[in-house]
Amino acid sequence: MSPFEYERATDASAAVARVSARPNAVFLGGGTNLVDHMRLGIARPELVVDVSRLPLRAIERLPGGAVRIGAGVRNSDLAADGTIRSQYPVLSQALLAGASGQLRNLATTAGNLLQRTRCAYFQDVTVPCNKREPGSGCSAIEGHNRDHAILGASQQCVAVHPSDMAVALAALDATVVVLGRQGERRIPVVEFHRLPGSSPQRETVLEHGELITAVELPALPVAQHSAYYKVRDRASYAFALVSVAAALQISDGRVADVRIAFGGLAHKPWRAVRAEASLRGAPATEESYRRAAAAELADARPLKHNAFKVPMARNTLQMLLRHLTAGVR
Amino acid sequence: MDMLEARAIGVDRERMDGKLKVMGTAPYAFEQSVDRPAYLHPVQSTIARGRIHSIDTSAAGRLEGVIAVITHWNAPRLASDGNRELWVLQSNEVHFRGQFIAAVVAETLEVARCAAELVRAEYETAAHDVGFSAGRDDLYAPEAVNAGYPTDTDQGDAEAAFNGAEVRLDATYSTPMEHNQPMEPHTTIALWESDKLTLYDSTQSVHSVRTVVAKTLGLRPEQVHVVSPYVGGGFGSKGETHAHNILAALAALRAPGRAVKLALTRQQMFTLAGHRTPTIQRFRLGATRDGHLNAIIHEVVEQTSRFQEFAEQTAVPTRLMYAAPNRRTRHRLAALDVPKPSWMRAPGETPGMFAGEVAMDELAVACGLDPIELRVRNEPEHDPESGSPWGSRHLVECLREGARRFGWSRRDPRPGRRSEDGWLTGIGVASATYPRYVLMGSRASIRFDEGRYEVRIGAADLGTGTWTALTQIAADALECSPEAIHLEIGDTDLPNATVAGGSSGISSWGWAIVAAAQEFRRRHGSRPPAGAEASADTPEGADDETFAQHSFGAQFAEVRVNAATGEVRLARMLGVFSAGRIINPRLARSQLIGGMTMGLSMALHEESVMDERLGHIVNHDFAGYHIATNADVVNLDAVWLEEIDDRSTPMGSRGIGEIGIVGAAAAIANAVYHATGKRIRALPITPDKLLT
Repeated sequence: MSPFEYERATDASAAVARVSARPNAVFLGGGTNLVDHMRLGIARPELVVDVSRLPLRAIERLPGGAVRIGAGVRNSDLAADGTIRSQYPVLSQALLAGASGQLRNLATTAGNLLQRTRCAYFQDVTVPCNKREPGSGCSAIEGHNRDHAILGASQQCVAVHPSDMAVALAALDATVVVLGRQGERRIPVVEFHRLPGSSPQRETVLEHGELITAVELPALPVAQHSAYYKVRDRASYAFALVSVAAALQISDGRVADVRIAFGGLAHKPWRAVRAEASLRGAPATEESYRRAAAAELADARPLKHNAFKVPMARNTLQMLLRHLTAGVR
Repeated sequence: MDMLEARAIGVDRERMDGKLKVMGTAPYAFEQSVDRPAYLHPVQSTIARGRIHSIDTSAAGRLEGVIAVITHWNAPRLASDGNRELWVLQSNEVHFRGQFIAAVVAETLEVARCAAELVRAEYETAAHDVGFSAGRDDLYAPEAVNAGYPTDTDQGDAEAAFNGAEVRLDATYSTPMEHNQPMEPHTTIALWESDKLTLYDSTQSVHSVRTVVAKTLGLRPEQVHVVSPYVGGGFGSKGETHAHNILAALAALRAPGRAVKLALTRQQMFTLAGHRTPTIQRFRLGATRDGHLNAIIHEVVEQTSRFQEFAEQTAVPTRLMYAAPNRRTRHRLAALDVPKPSWMRAPGETPGMFAGEVAMDELAVACGLDPIELRVRNEPEHDPESGSPWGSRHLVECLREGARRFGWSRRDPRPGRRSEDGWLTGIGVASATYPRYVLMGSRASIRFDEGRYEVRIGAADLGTGTWTALTQIAADALECSPEAIHLEIGDTDLPNATVAGGSSGISSWGWAIVAAAQEFRRRHGSRPPAGAEASADTPEGADDETFAQHSFGAQFAEVRVNAATGEVRLARMLGVFSAGRIINPRLARSQLIGGMTMGLSMALHEESVMDERLGHIVNHDFAGYHIATNADVVNLDAVWLEEIDDRSTPMGSRGIGEIGIVGAAAAIANAVYHATGKRIRALPITPDKLLT
């Protein structure tokens, strides 16, 4: 770990100004990812601005039924919130599927969105990684890539986004509220994370110094019939091999509304627009679910060790839709 | 044998050190109170083979707070290279990726680590080879395998008998490289005071650390003092002296008068603290149609480091498990540019019995027999290899008792037939065995003072309960209450103790205490004067040459397998063991279910993934190297047969540290087959293997 300056922010605008002014300054939330990276030498900030004490810890109902989640709301608190559990169960379930109790008690909403890939090569400063050192090469593409992407990857990077929460937020059409030097801007979650392309070092569309202040969930009736399933190597405390967030509304035996996002498949939470399009208005049957999964996974490009993700993603989506169908009826 | 009258032993008793540990006041090695500590952080090689061409320590040396930077250029010279793993910073050669090539001593841990990152090495890189496979043309037969067993054995003509058998099973099983990863990392504080070295160490044997460190540094053993009262798990990885011990001692020479503290990071423990070799095991079983074995052939390929040999005894349990007139076992090694493999809980039995007990399950299917019945039909009357009578063999009783408790008779043998809410279920069984070891070389002393007996022996408590169990044994040996015993362990100032390994600790140390108590009473009678003292060594067992002495057990597992995702979850697990007298039921159950949990973890989770291009364990942290979590360990229980083994030790015990893991992975793999109809022969059984 390299020496660094530490400041505790008392005001969001001041924190933004402070970090914006220093190219190698970072915000500190729960610290569950950044501090690891500082220990491992992945991150070497000169200035750490602690925003965890800013008054961004509220979960508020907005007029019209939307919900505003403060950036500093801890994952545990968000998962346990009554509104979230009843109106957006997929989000509560996704949060509880992530990390461990101890980590969820520390991790924040904004920090969860901003956590970086757990690609083992990214996390090891002794091996090449384009995300860590642009231009140095990707060790994973010809290496051990069981955990890696099958959708949307590039020759420069095949890493996946590790968050569970973000997968649920992508399915729920959430919006990220960001404060920058020019004021506030709003970014749909599905546009917040980037595919790696030729600049895998950039994972989000945030500019340096921009601070997430909140995440907003729209009023979304279909979300009441939603669920999250995470396939993992052990019963707890493992990143997703594949995960699915889905919301399903059936009317007269047909799919009236549907939201689907995958985790563990891509560099960002993967909103399954093709599957949704295939399902809207289709009969709520196993055959429709199979077709929807096939449509979404048609472009999958597995690597040497992760071909299993294709049937796993297909089966998990069908299982979850079946489960939601049974619950709805 | 003159048996101990059981008053305190056999009784459930809380851990004497439990309260200290719960309160966080039991001092582990890193927490020992020392004045003005300095901190050590190593620098590791980033190539797997070659030479260090140059090493630039100037930036590290300039950092404020750095006390010393040592490399092979300036490190103090060692005296003995008998163990190449311990030849630390003595040459420019690199034998594996992650080897120590330098180290920084600094005023704080943070400065030491920061400075270590500033050390720059240039290498002359040589092509490395870490490719483990059974197809290599350079596999070789070691002179012997671990614990001194023969490399190969042959009885009858196994090949011919197999070829002529009515039912033949020929299958290849593999187990991955695994790492012990005790919760407490490998830790040493080294302090030189004139020519005397004190090591506060996390070790399974203070005396062997003293012996090895003294020899390596060219000191007399009396110059080295090793202290290790509490150890946070070892599982074999702290059984041997490793390179970090030597590194700390060398670094402390460059910081005179300072106690130099070193704790390996979790990532470093994937390189510097030993590992279980991967294995590829071809098993051939030939049997009659009614399941009587005629041929057993077990051929093992495993790895060793090129610079120092370690040969695991993987096929050894096959030599005694089942009756068959024709048998053959083989061990072959691939010498690779990897760190030295070492002991990991039940080395040999753990991977070997995975293969053997899955093979038996496959043979049962091929013969149309119940897997328990198949094992019963092949129960040997005496040790098949030596012909010696069994000291105590209750495998069949363990299987029967387990079957009764587990509800085995309700099992429908057909695989892939039971499903509940999308989860397939199945149950499986496997046998377990582990040798009874008593090691020679321990000594206990007893001194009577102020109404209590001071019992002293340099034994180790790895968190397993040695403090408590030896106190119970001493109380019965001296015919007093446990409260009258004052035990001291974990220090080379105490009489010599052998390693906490091979499940031999309580047997070996306990027997020394019993012998010392007898000597004490012989000399001083039942009303000893204050200051009365006596000591004695662990004696040689009179029956050791006559009988084949082993523990046995039966493992039962029920699993659920998600038909859509391939996820495997344990539903319940039961182990039934025959291990002689249980000294303390509470501690014993904890040991046994701990072993079973490690077996569960082996079955479903653990795998150190080698990137052959880099010579490097890719998943070298706890996010990547999966160990069973609490959520994975459900409804798991261990019981034992009531037994007093009067051929083993005066306590009637045989040792329980390792048998709990043996066979556990096979029982789970067999349950997965029963649930799904899929036979997974390569551990761990991860969801991907069940989906393709």
